[in-house]
Amino acid sequence: MSEQNVGEPVPAKIRLRDIAAKAYEEAWEAKKRGEMVGWCASNFPQEIPQTLGIKVVYPENQAAAIAAKGGGLRMCEHAEGLGYSNDICAYARTSLAFLDIGSCEEMDMPQPDFVLCCNNICNCMIKWYENIAKERNIPMILIDIPFKNDYETDDASVEYIKAQFDHAMQQLSEITGKPFSEKRFKEVMAVSQRTAKAWLRAAEFTKYVPSPLNGFDLFNHMAVAVCARGTVEAAEAFEQLADEYEAAVKTGASTYKGEQKYRVLFEGIACWPYLRATSAPLKEHGINVTATVYATAFGVLYNNTAEMMRAYSYVPNCVSLERAADMRINVGRENKIDGAIIHTNRSCKLWSGIMPEVERRIRDTLHIPTVTFDGDQADPRVFSEAQYQTRIEALCEVMAANKEAKA
Amino acid sequence: MSTLNDTLQKLCDVAANPAAQLNAMVAQGKKAIGCFPVYSPAELVIAAGMTPFAVWGAEMEISSAKKYFPSFYCGIAQTCLEMGLNGKLDKLSGAMIPVLCDTLKCLGQNWKVGVKNVPFIPVIHPQNRKLPAGVEFMRKQYVAIAEKLSAISGRKVDKASLQKAIDTCNAQRAALREFSDVAALYPHLISPAQRNAVIKSGGFMDRAEHTAAVRQIIEQCRQQPVKEWSGHKVVTTGILADSPALLQVLADNKFAVVADEVAQESRQYRTDVPADADPFNALARQISDMEGCSVLYDPDKKRGPMIVDMVKKHGAQGVVFLMTKFCDPEEFDFPMVKKALDAAGIPMVSVEVDQQMRSFEQARTALQTFADVISA
Repeated sequence: MSEQNVGEPVPAKIRLRDIAAKAYEEAWEAKKRGEMVGWCASNFPQEIPQTLGIKVVYPENQAAAIAAKGGGLRMCEHAEGLGYSNDICAYARTSLAFLDIGSCEEMDMPQPDFVLCCNNICNCMIKWYENIAKERNIPMILIDIPFKNDYETDDASVEYIKAQFDHAMQQLSEITGKPFSEKRFKEVMAVSQRTAKAWLRAAEFTKYVPSPLNGFDLFNHMAVAVCARGTVEAAEAFEQLADEYEAAVKTGASTYKGEQKYRVLFEGIACWPYLRATSAPLKEHGINVTATVYATAFGVLYNNTAEMMRAYSYVPNCVSLERAADMRINVGRENKIDGAIIHTNRSCKLWSGIMPEVERRIRDTLHIPTVTFDGDQADPRVFSEAQYQTRIEALCEVMAANKEAKA
Repeated sequence: MSTLNDTLQKLCDVAANPAAQLNAMVAQGKKAIGCFPVYSPAELVIAAGMTPFAVWGAEMEISSAKKYFPSFYCGIAQTCLEMGLNGKLDKLSGAMIPVLCDTLKCLGQNWKVGVKNVPFIPVIHPQNRKLPAGVEFMRKQYVAIAEKLSAISGRKVDKASLQKAIDTCNAQRAALREFSDVAALYPHLISPAQRNAVIKSGGFMDRAEHTAAVRQIIEQCRQQPVKEWSGHKVVTTGILADSPALLQVLADNKFAVVADEVAQESRQYRTDVPADADPFNALARQISDMEGCSVLYDPDKKRGPMIVDMVKKHGAQGVVFLMTKFCDPEEFDFPMVKKALDAAGIPMVSVEVDQQMRSFEQARTALQTFADVISA
């Protein structure tokens, strides 16, 4: 656990790392006690298992961790040996390989007794979780968030989501034998809101010049926003993180080492197998990531149950192209970006299929240069270091010329 | 009086040249609405006094659509958008595009942005389609779509007109189910390409006119003696099975398609719209009644066992899985279908298909080998 000496305050980043580890330890302990443990989609309303006191683990987090630690290729190839095409999302391939193998040295977690699925990030989740449920002959609970063509979520969608939410709570209670408590549900909603607000407050410090944080830090802290946002520990740790950033702004300190010459939007899921290879060229050129919609996607804000239903429908991959573009444009404007780096993620059809138009809108509205690079969130065979470096250099040239012209 | 070959040729001509069909329809003063994959509600179009017109991509080069989609994208979505961007579908009065997979979600959004001449009509199906709340959500969607279609045609969709349209489409479904069984009995009269054309043409024609032609083919076949088929009998599965070159490879290797589990084919007609006092509710319930489709939520993975049953029912020797390139719903189903077939001892071959495919030699080799396997 913590590496700090007794008496020293524990920095937020260490607390957050420990919370993520603890969440998985608790799931292992629950499994050993004979309790049921589920696999849960990252944007499934965590308020449901949290209210019932049920431990769940997150295959997307696990796949990202495995990929970051170098296990992506082995797991993807194992899944391909089972008959899964290399066209399929690499998180899904990694997870289905883990299901088949039963353990993983890079990141292990308990096997599932049920699955909780939500398709507000993609329909691929449904196919992936269907196969888990069938392979293990375990129950699957799905909350279907209808894709929105309109800018706002309509009442018909909210009613449909609410009915599914109630049904899911009832199903999970029956499966696990754990009773629902309205009082506990309200507590969980309150804590989740406290966490979400603290997480968003921390993430918003990238608006300062210089930014008190390296934008890539958010990718690391995001695991807690996904897997523990209904816990007081997570709320407190994010509040501390935000306080630390606030203090850093006053002193001009930053977790980004070196001069921050340029500020960019990093669009898309991190290229986990190549975190160093994707961050080092940025540092070399004095580029800091000050904007991303992905990290803040887990700051789900609401004041009541109806708003909660609506909030889960506004995650980035569930919205119209117009709203998706505006999310990037707004976060780019607020965080004063000079350019944008767009990850054409081979794993994600939904993200990649609207991104060319979104990219045009970002470029044309904010009058900034944008570059794309080919990569993947977990399969290391797609990314080319040389292509990435060339694109970053090209971006820097234009950003430098723009700065010179403004000077 | 027309012969079997005359009737077949008529439908083959329609399937081979949908543009001519669309032009003719519009020239007669009719309005057509594009029905994109997989389950666009044709009944609502008919009830609004227009003609549903199937749009499932085309064999063509992709150029303009590359501005919107990355290279690793399903050819159906890419060519649908390509045709829209190039004005080839300008005669349509609307484009109904569902969101049943991630690729279709993006197709709809890019259509809305890029294709100015043909209004986009999103079709948002619920995935929790068996829950009462899912049926109700679907019903509300259909009511909203009906209003949009009425605004285009100037004709209100009411209960009576919708029920009549449902009856028309159910009659077509029944005829196609019967045709599929008849085609299995007369493979010496109906080739794989003709079988596909009879089904596919139904998406481009007036439904009643198509049903009458299919009925005629059924009767004309039945007047002939049933002969022992010396070739192989297979069930096909996948999204599309309409490539002329690929269908010719099947014919060359004496494969008879005795049943299919293909999205453009039997998935369109195997589930009737049920009886219901409220026809909008009936249409919504049809979606909840559907089983075994790769783009509809199915935690029981019924598709594999359903294909096993089809193989047994029709005495097929194996299954040809036509894998549409970059189609992740099908790619996720593939290992599960294979497991179900392996457990039942049924051989299967997977052949990758793509509307941009120019060489079918790999497919030919795979199918030749498969023919050897199932005849051994």
